[in-house]
Amino acid sequence: MSASAPLLVIGGLTRRFGALSALNGVSLAVAPWERRAIIGPNGAGKTTLFNVITGQLRPSGGSILFDGEQVEGLKPHALARRGMGRSFQRNNLFFKLTVLENLRLAAAAGGRGSYNLLGGIERMRAALERARAAAEAVGLSARLGEVAGTLSYGEQRQLEVGVVLATAPKLMLLDEPTAGMSPEETARMTRMLEGLPRDVTLLIIEHDMDVVGSLADRVTVLHYGEVLTEGTFDEVKRDPRVYDVYLGSA
Amino acid sequence: MTTARVVGFAALVAIVAAFPLFAGTYPVKLLQEILIWGIFAMSLDLLMGYAGMVSFGHSAFFGIGGYIAALALVKSPGLVSALLLPALAAAVGALVIGFFSIRVSGVYFIMLTLAFSQMFYAVTFQAAWLGAEDGLVGVPRPSVFGWDAASPRVFHAYLLVLVVLSVLFLWRIVRSPFGHVLRGIHDNEGRMQAVGYPVNRYKLLAFVIGGTVAGVAGSLYCQFVGSISPDAFLWTTSGEALLMVIIGGTGTLGGSMLGAAAFILLQSMVSSYTERWMLILGLTFVFLVLFAPGGILGALRGRVGIHS
Repeated sequence: MSASAPLLVIGGLTRRFGALSALNGVSLAVAPWERRAIIGPNGAGKTTLFNVITGQLRPSGGSILFDGEQVEGLKPHALARRGMGRSFQRNNLFFKLTVLENLRLAAAAGGRGSYNLLGGIERMRAALERARAAAEAVGLSARLGEVAGTLSYGEQRQLEVGVVLATAPKLMLLDEPTAGMSPEETARMTRMLEGLPRDVTLLIIEHDMDVVGSLADRVTVLHYGEVLTEGTFDEVKRDPRVYDVYLGSA
Repeated sequence: MTTARVVGFAALVAIVAAFPLFAGTYPVKLLQEILIWGIFAMSLDLLMGYAGMVSFGHSAFFGIGGYIAALALVKSPGLVSALLLPALAAAVGALVIGFFSIRVSGVYFIMLTLAFSQMFYAVTFQAAWLGAEDGLVGVPRPSVFGWDAASPRVFHAYLLVLVVLSVLFLWRIVRSPFGHVLRGIHDNEGRMQAVGYPVNRYKLLAFVIGGTVAGVAGSLYCQFVGSISPDAFLWTTSGEALLMVIIGGTGTLGGSMLGAAAFILLQSMVSSYTERWMLILGLTFVFLVLFAPGGILGALRGRVGIHS
């Protein structure tokens, strides 16, 4: 595919829960290497959008084109193997395993070595290396042997992103990576995200406007399951409609 | 494996190997029964303790292994009949039962596996050509590379070799990349899918491996007692293995062998004093679960401070 072709193209995506339309014809395109933030008030459909893109939920209608392939309706593991990696709003880790084991499982997911019944785990060199690199990137190199469940909340948040990184995705979908973090932790997470390699395309749900402002190339505003507007952070910030949906016009 | 473990394991094998030299017929039989049930319990622990699949129908594979061995050994008493065919049949059975069962989890998985195993019980109980409720009797032991396992010494050696192979096989698996995937599934199935693992495929493979080893255990049991009956399929067979795993310590493999020993020794000791041995066993079990939820091995590790 040519460099200018978008990595992700979503067309008229809908998702209904009974009578409720959580997504009501969402269309957007994300270019390779772009860092795109999805913002919007609670209940706007941001996490539902992620769930539909990454296959946790089936769409009720519409299309998803990823890396030039029609992918709507595929299972989460199949999408992950095609290069989609996502983090979760609530820490969703292997809580009984160590930090290194968390990252190594993620790093080994793409290969076929995981069907090896009799080999030693230490032979998975490539996965181990990728796991260590991911730990380094999220600042957990000193905590590799700790059991994930015993980490502090902030560290678990870092690991949440590290697990995605370790899968070496083309597209990273981060669902509120700074949720529940202190201002210091948020600042550290933001620096970490800014330091991610530019060849990873980033789609991030975020409530913290400082994080959005410093990270995002473009911003998409969702409201009641529809795209309200899209543009650079400054453009979106000046849009009176955005101001209304956040503060309430009534 | 650490050196201490290798030495400990070798010492244990040596003791078991030499046991018939200084012990009477009855203790040797008890030991052999423990070894066979130990393999069966370990194969269940692979599913329960590592993959997090609590099966209440593991008796299906024990029974399949036993029946196939009984049918085949009468025709041709060799290793193909004693091991290969029972293992293959159990593998196929596990593939079919697993294909349907792994789609659900928790209580539904328990009920589905239980239902499948009870179906085998119902069928064998009715089937005249399988001896109906009496089962198949007079099953000969195989000839192993020219040695006749009808001889107690040969049978002991043959059994020990298979037990050691099964233990090493299962030990290797839980420490392999595949074993780590199983632990990941046990811990957080949803995240495993999200990072790219086709979880059901791994669960099915684990189920087939566990079922195959259980089939070997069932075949050995049939060779040990010389018969097999529908009771092998009964839910109590699954239940006893489940108890052994829990008593010994779920997710430890070695604990399952220990649990089998505790269960069978308790059963044989208490039942020689009273008919109500099940009551004593039940109370022991309640006591263990309340005060040593990690099983015997869990309690030992906590006490001595050994960790895997």
